[in-house]
Amino acid sequence: MLDFVQQLVSGIALGCVYGLIALGFVLVYKATEVVNFAQGDLMMLGGFFAFTFIGMLGLNYWLGFAGAVICMALFGMLAERVVVRPILGYPQFSIIMATIGLGYFLRSIAGMIWGTDDLKIETPFSQGVLRIGSLVLAYDKLSVIAATIILCGLLYLFFNRTTLGTAMRASSENMLAAYYMGIPVKRVVSIVWAISAAVATAAGVLLAPITFIHSNVGLVLGLKAFPAAVLGGFGSIPGAVVGGVLIGVIESMAGFYLPQGWKDVAPYIVLLVVLLLKPEGLFGVHTRKKV
Amino acid sequence: MRFLFKTDYEDDIRLVPHSGYVISYGVLLAVLAIAPFVLSSYIVSQLVFVCIYATVGVGLMILTGFTGQASLGHAAFLAIGAYTAGFLQQYNVPFPVYFLAAGLLTGAIGAMVGFPALRLQGIYLVIATISFAFIVEEILARWESVTHGNEGMRVKTIQLLGTAVPRDSPGFYFLCLGFLILTILGTLNLLRSPTGRAFVAIRDSETAARSMGVNVSLYKVKSFAISAAITGFAGVLFAHKLSFISPEMFTLQLSIEFIIVILIGGTFSLHGAVLGAIFLVMIDPFLTYLKDDVPGMIAGVAATFGAGKEAVAHIKDNAAAVASANGLKGAIYGLIIVLFVLFEPLGLYGRWLKIKLFFQLFPLYKRATFKRQKIYVKSERNR
Repeated sequence: MLDFVQQLVSGIALGCVYGLIALGFVLVYKATEVVNFAQGDLMMLGGFFAFTFIGMLGLNYWLGFAGAVICMALFGMLAERVVVRPILGYPQFSIIMATIGLGYFLRSIAGMIWGTDDLKIETPFSQGVLRIGSLVLAYDKLSVIAATIILCGLLYLFFNRTTLGTAMRASSENMLAAYYMGIPVKRVVSIVWAISAAVATAAGVLLAPITFIHSNVGLVLGLKAFPAAVLGGFGSIPGAVVGGVLIGVIESMAGFYLPQGWKDVAPYIVLLVVLLLKPEGLFGVHTRKKV
Repeated sequence: MRFLFKTDYEDDIRLVPHSGYVISYGVLLAVLAIAPFVLSSYIVSQLVFVCIYATVGVGLMILTGFTGQASLGHAAFLAIGAYTAGFLQQYNVPFPVYFLAAGLLTGAIGAMVGFPALRLQGIYLVIATISFAFIVEEILARWESVTHGNEGMRVKTIQLLGTAVPRDSPGFYFLCLGFLILTILGTLNLLRSPTGRAFVAIRDSETAARSMGVNVSLYKVKSFAISAAITGFAGVLFAHKLSFISPEMFTLQLSIEFIIVILIGGTFSLHGAVLGAIFLVMIDPFLTYLKDDVPGMIAGVAATFGAGKEAVAHIKDNAAAVASANGLKGAIYGLIIVLFVLFEPLGLYGRWLKIKLFFQLFPLYKRATFKRQKIYVKSERNR
């Protein structure tokens, strides 16, 4: 039973990271119907930025965290401006390929700049555990869970209660109609990318004490965030996080109770099953085109 | 400019529209036929890889280019073909038999992947095919009694009609080339048949195809099966060329390389698959060249512009460091994909068509002829 709870908590912590990356996908997808395959790599880059600020320049953890988030938000806008905006409105396949290419590029460049070793950031939560009875919970995992809950709450309020959030939802429904209504769609999209990159950075920095930072971390985790996003229903913010947590728990349980090898494929098997049985996901809205 | 006067449908679908084709392709074939006897063995070996990649490219083109179903899981089909060959070879099954068996098995598995894919569109299909490829990769690593797991598997030389065909012999080159030509001819024939027209109709508009009476599900599954089977055949040749296969060869990276092949070549014509394959295979020699020669060249240029001896050495070292950096290949791949999607969406073959049309219509060529239509309203979500 104790093992089960331990596995559950570490699964939830891992799942929160998947959820945060999936959240980035979902934000961009909601706004522009672009699926950003480079999301995991934005996370990786955010981690490296934080490492540069904290580990190399010796800044305070929170200051470095904020610096990384700001840098990555600007980088997200830049990526949108240079790579995505010129091909917005073209077939989805082109955009998917462009973001895959961007991911490749970022991964290699990061490997060239920061090397291929595992890097580590000293955080206030790296050490120490919370003991409840005989249950031992590490602070670094709890910090990921707490940050995810806070970020989700903020984003949910942002999308549903602010004018900018409404403008984003409007341009995701129909870009042309949003233009006619006077919404500055280009600026809106660029802000969405900034937010999505910032969320990815938060995930990357929080994850740093658990998996370390290396140039391939984005690929591995980014691809596992897809099952999360699909399970939650692409396009639903609470769905992304719930999906992420479910995938994290499934992966961690599969690693503990099933034979070796299941851990890595379990998320994808879940993904295929979900796509077969309920392609709209848990929270998605099923739409059909009328001719 | 040549004007083709077509009087009936037969004229329109002829494989050889005019005599110019016979001459140009005849010359190409002749050049390819004498190639292994004139060129160095390294280049011939690269040509074999071009043939294999182009074969996979043709297979992927049927699915992605002509039926409009994106797949990032073709490395898995290649792996299934390669492993079938490796497995059956242990039991002394003759080459033609396991070659066919590999293709048929891969085709059957492709059809099985096609059925669930019927309900999926766009990104969902991409994600599903990636997942399929991951699962296959994991099975290859774990099913040790058949695949020898991560240790990999040796693949022996081909025995054809009692003679051995070593992997670097001209015979092997002709085998790959012959199969590529067969595949291309077969695909061209397929594309002018009702099946091929149904594929293209599904790509252009699924709804329209359905209302014209095309059985969309059936043709999508057919497209998956044919595409997978061609990739499976190519997998056998791939396994023999490398003479050793292991699960880590068939990763997402390879699937992306196949997509690069058709993306760079141009996703609307079979020429694209071959051009893309040539381009992709040439990246490696280009990188070697970059490592060996370019730093010296840069230093030479710096010296002629009056840089001091120390500065020249410094520049040379830096250039060499950049050229031999680990991730350079990945960065170049990424850059190529992004640049092609942004600036040359029709690929190399599209560029060739543009140049050709420019001279044919001179001076009336308009850039807008090849301009893509932007669509802001249509939501691919509720197709």
